Amino acid sequence: MAEVIKVEKLTVEFPAGGAGQQTKVAVKNLNLTVSSGEVFGFLGPNGAGKTTTMNVLLGFVNPTSGSASIFGVDVRQPIARQRIGYLPELTYYYKFLTAEELLRFYAKVFRIPKDQVESRIDEVLKLVELEHARKRLIKTYSKGMQQRAGLAQALINDPDLLILDEPTSGLDPIGRMKVREIIQRLKNEGKTVFFSSHELGEVETVCDRVAILNQGELKVTGRVDDLVRENQMNLEKIFLEMIGYKSPVTV
Amino acid sequence: MMNNAFALAGIVIKELYRRKDFYVLFILTALLTLLLGSINFFNEQNIARYVKEFCLLLIWIASLVIAVTTTARQIPAEREQRTIFPLLAKPVSRGDLIFGKFLGCWIASGIVLVVFYVFFAVITGAREHHIHVAAYFQAFWMHWMMLGVVVGMVLLGSIVFAAPSSNSTISFVVILGILLVGRHLNKVADSLAEPTSSILYTVYYVIPHLEFYDLRDLIVHNAGSAPWWAVGVATIYAMVYAALFQFVAWMTFRRKALN
Repeated sequence: MAEVIKVEKLTVEFPAGGAGQQTKVAVKNLNLTVSSGEVFGFLGPNGAGKTTTMNVLLGFVNPTSGSASIFGVDVRQPIARQRIGYLPELTYYYKFLTAEELLRFYAKVFRIPKDQVESRIDEVLKLVELEHARKRLIKTYSKGMQQRAGLAQALINDPDLLILDEPTSGLDPIGRMKVREIIQRLKNEGKTVFFSSHELGEVETVCDRVAILNQGELKVTGRVDDLVRENQMNLEKIFLEMIGYKSPVTV
Repeated sequence: MMNNAFALAGIVIKELYRRKDFYVLFILTALLTLLLGSINFFNEQNIARYVKEFCLLLIWIASLVIAVTTTARQIPAEREQRTIFPLLAKPVSRGDLIFGKFLGCWIASGIVLVVFYVFFAVITGAREHHIHVAAYFQAFWMHWMMLGVVVGMVLLGSIVFAAPSSNSTISFVVILGILLVGRHLNKVADSLAEPTSSILYTVYYVIPHLEFYDLRDLIVHNAGSAPWWAVGVATIYAMVYAALFQFVAWMTFRRKALN
């Protein structure tokens, strides 16, 4: 299978701030590949370097060393993002626009032919079940609706790769289920999905492969079923072991 | 690049007409213009000129307030509300973002100016029964070119200063400083000792001379129009400065980490 994401020896350092001005290593020597058609779970505790890695993939942050490419194109080139859909962790969109206007704007950015724009908007709004609210300003949406509007904008260009940063964070069980269904549907369509999440049960259900990151270092990567079989424990326990968590309470 | 820039400009314009700032300033200016336009000061010509001068000053203030506040909040709001993340995750470069925001703010300022000038022309035309169209057009055009320089300058400020309020305040001080004392800096420099004189001369030649674009007197005194070649040169001068400010803004912004 073709490599969609390729990260080689990626290191990202930030100034730690303060008088000493030392650097904080957010990602250390990370190697990662994601193949076409995979649903890949990117796991780690808060501050592990997941969002920083995603920020490098999207060109928001420049790596200190190493390289990253998407579809074989260096991530610093804007064209690398032509076939990507991205849903940030906290969804904030232009609140003075309606969902329809927001999607029309992004469709223009992707140069979707004019005669296809309206049908594409209809399609994604139907997929995320926002057809009824398409003419309402985004500022009037509930959190779940905003998240679904976020998914709609991530899907407007019919991307081959979806990067989702904690897509179910803060959603109620129905909202989470809907997002999961959408990921499953995209998987069935052969799309590549790269997402971070703290919902390990959800990751176990939808992901083909996972990587666990801790303090910027890759601890383990592999197929979910292989990891579960080899370690004789569920993903949550593997995760806790990999990050070195020891419970003070014996259950 | 132009496709993305025009898409972004459309968003800026949409934001302007969905916010209340423009309507408040327009209604305020319109009310004052109508009020002053309706008063007949014993058919005294000079008083009518003062009224025109005052109304044009209001238009200048209102347009500057709209241009500066609209531009100052663009990039900081994108970062603060995190709308910049889904935007730059698309095939949009940071150069596109800077140029698109410039274009949007400049076109939005132009639309505001058209509304103000047309309204003013209708009011004064109704009183004086004639309008010097070329003079009105030149005044509008030069005013819009000046706002292009202002928008470029404030956009650069919004990359340097994180808070829109500090950027707006500093921009207003700089713009008013240039408009009020810019033209006198060389004369002041002549009366000073070295090295202050040279420094002041450098400042005089480096700053964009926004006062060149003030053609209000032509309308107030019904003095006809300015030479078209001068308007052309001033247009090029404004474009050079607006491009320069955008280039420096892009240089500053292109390697900035967004997190």
